Amino acid sequence: MKGILSLTVNNRPGVLNRITNLFTKRNYNIESMTVGPSEQDGISRMTFVVDVDDEAVIEQITKQLNKQIDVLKVFDITNQSIVARELALIKIMVTTQTRAEIYSVIEPFRASVIDVSKDSLTVQITGESDKIEAFIELIKPYGIKELARTGTAAIPRGMQIAHAKSATIV
Amino acid sequence: MTQKSVVADRKSGKTHYSGAEFLLDALKKENVEVIFGYPGGSVLPIYDKLYSSELFHILTRHEQGAIHAAEGYARITGKPGVVIVTSGPGATNIVTGLADAMIDSLPLVVISGQVATSVIGSDAFQEADVLGITTPITKHNYQVRKPEDLPRIIKEAFYIASSGRPGPVLIDIPKDMAIIEGESTDKEPEMDLPGYQPTTKPNYLQIRKLVEAVSGAKRPVILAGAGVLHAKASHLLKEYVEQQGIPVVHTLLGLGGFPAEHPLFTGMGGMHGCYAANMALSKCDLLINIGARFDDRLTGNLAKFAQHATVAHIDIDPAEIGKNVPTKIPVVGSAKEALAELIAQNGKKPDIDVWTTQLTAWNEEFPLRYTHEEGVLKPQRVIQMLHEKTNGEAIVTTDVGQHQMWAAQYYPFNKPNSWVTSGGLGTMGFGLPSALGAQLANPKATVLSISGDGGFQMCLQELSVIAEMNLPIKIIIVNNGALGMVRQWQELFHDNRFSHSIFQSHPDFVKLADAYGIPGYKVTTEEEASNCLDVALKTDGPVLIDFRVKQKENVFPMVAQGKGLDEMEGV
Repeated sequence: MKGILSLTVNNRPGVLNRITNLFTKRNYNIESMTVGPSEQDGISRMTFVVDVDDEAVIEQITKQLNKQIDVLKVFDITNQSIVARELALIKIMVTTQTRAEIYSVIEPFRASVIDVSKDSLTVQITGESDKIEAFIELIKPYGIKELARTGTAAIPRGMQIAHAKSATIV
Repeated sequence: MTQKSVVADRKSGKTHYSGAEFLLDALKKENVEVIFGYPGGSVLPIYDKLYSSELFHILTRHEQGAIHAAEGYARITGKPGVVIVTSGPGATNIVTGLADAMIDSLPLVVISGQVATSVIGSDAFQEADVLGITTPITKHNYQVRKPEDLPRIIKEAFYIASSGRPGPVLIDIPKDMAIIEGESTDKEPEMDLPGYQPTTKPNYLQIRKLVEAVSGAKRPVILAGAGVLHAKASHLLKEYVEQQGIPVVHTLLGLGGFPAEHPLFTGMGGMHGCYAANMALSKCDLLINIGARFDDRLTGNLAKFAQHATVAHIDIDPAEIGKNVPTKIPVVGSAKEALAELIAQNGKKPDIDVWTTQLTAWNEEFPLRYTHEEGVLKPQRVIQMLHEKTNGEAIVTTDVGQHQMWAAQYYPFNKPNSWVTSGGLGTMGFGLPSALGAQLANPKATVLSISGDGGFQMCLQELSVIAEMNLPIKIIIVNNGALGMVRQWQELFHDNRFSHSIFQSHPDFVKLADAYGIPGYKVTTEEEASNCLDVALKTDGPVLIDFRVKQKENVFPMVAQGKGLDEMEGV
């Protein structure tokens, strides 16, 4: 099963190393990971997507992360209503014959073309992982020259915050 | 000349101090009694200030000796052991000790030198990525970027190391950070640890659940680990056990937390535990784990472990609860607070006479045993003699292997903080230096450093420090000319193929002791052993005794790997 963990950490040197090391040490596999500044100065938010056998493993990962001194809060948002997004940049091969067809695929996915050359198009797409997966599958037959994907960034939906533990940092 | 305190200096108008001055001042404020260390290029500025300081420093002969000594000190006092080593090789030499302290929850504050910030990352002379290397084996680590941060960092380090589940904290100090000056403020440094709030007070509802589970139990057992010792809760454990009449099993590291002579003590459990203790763990209907981490050497095959039991687990580290064994009643908190609360609840005492009678019967029917052979010195007998001659009052430190298991089996401990061993990491070379630390922690105690002939040779250079300080440690070598436990496993599981486990030659340990200025004896019979121990214990200073014991003696009983605790061999 897939688990999604959202955590806030002190933005200090070595913190990322400490956290990824923890995954290595405990033999947990990270499917994707994003890090970036949060709404508070000096505090970063990380989102981990992990592929694990069962919920007990996610609980264990959560506890181990919580033990880290520079980890402020860990939220297991696997079973919550969340907004999750990732970004992919895809350079697709095009010919004069396929160009129009590719545009027609891009359209319904609300992806956007951000670079055009004689024989390629670069498309930016954001959305949930599944949507990006589906788009890549559709576009594959045309030929993908290069692909770059971010991990998932996720936060719980606004309506839940009142029920979940406060998301702010003490 | 004495080290001037930064605080005292303020009156004289001095406002700027070097990192080394900040460091030593902060260590003094933490009431550090002893520093174990080894100088080198990157820590020279620190050692230069140390030269004129009141801080007591011991120059061990290897950094590994320094950190194991600090572990011994920490195990006995509960206070963080302090270590200073230089960058690169100095720091990499303490890696084993850090991993050892991490897994056995021993508080340490380790200062490592680092090359100057201007050359970090350039593969400079004696540079190693110490933060990277030590991250998985420390509770926390720091690299100093501003000298004036040191007072706060040291304060945090001592707090982190000794609170919650104790563990090692490393502080990496680049050489220039020790030299350049930072401005001192008059204020006490404020800790900045929003992400660290260990829970010591247990949840009331969980305690109630446990009280109810106890009152209805037919076959309850307490599994007491080192968490009881770390929390200094031995007296409370005894009080609770006597209030409820529940039998106790100890883990290897927990020994001494509950008196071995107590009628409710069932024994040590695990791979080389006694039959009654392992049957107690196998047949119980309520297992109350207090401060143990369900190590695989304790549980045996997890699928067969405590199959019929409701598991309750009291631990200060929430991540330990449910990690290896599914837990019905989780109690996050210190053993001390949890036991105090359990005692206060004074729940209905369970009716378990049948169960306790059964355990006593098992202990009588299947005691620890070995066969006497005429004219042969048995290692178990050596340990028994040590126990008799010291009235069971000594602090015992060990290496790892057969002698360690025999010490755990045949030296019953009645008091806390008298057993120093490397349980989790299983570190050979631990015994001698940890004895050094233990003796400094408790100068009046009789300290027995028990090693095998293998482990002894891994850190024997610390004989030099023991001799220099004339520490009255009795150094016991249980010498079977082999890596005993390896040899045993090869006999049992590898068809007697003794691949590289039998030593072809040894130094003469008596002459070796003599070279260090320590009286040494070799004994080969029980009578010699007895006489020699009498002499050794009367000697005011270190003594080394080389006990030549039977080579092909095995540690029994035993639970083979993959077997359940109720499938013991050699009972």
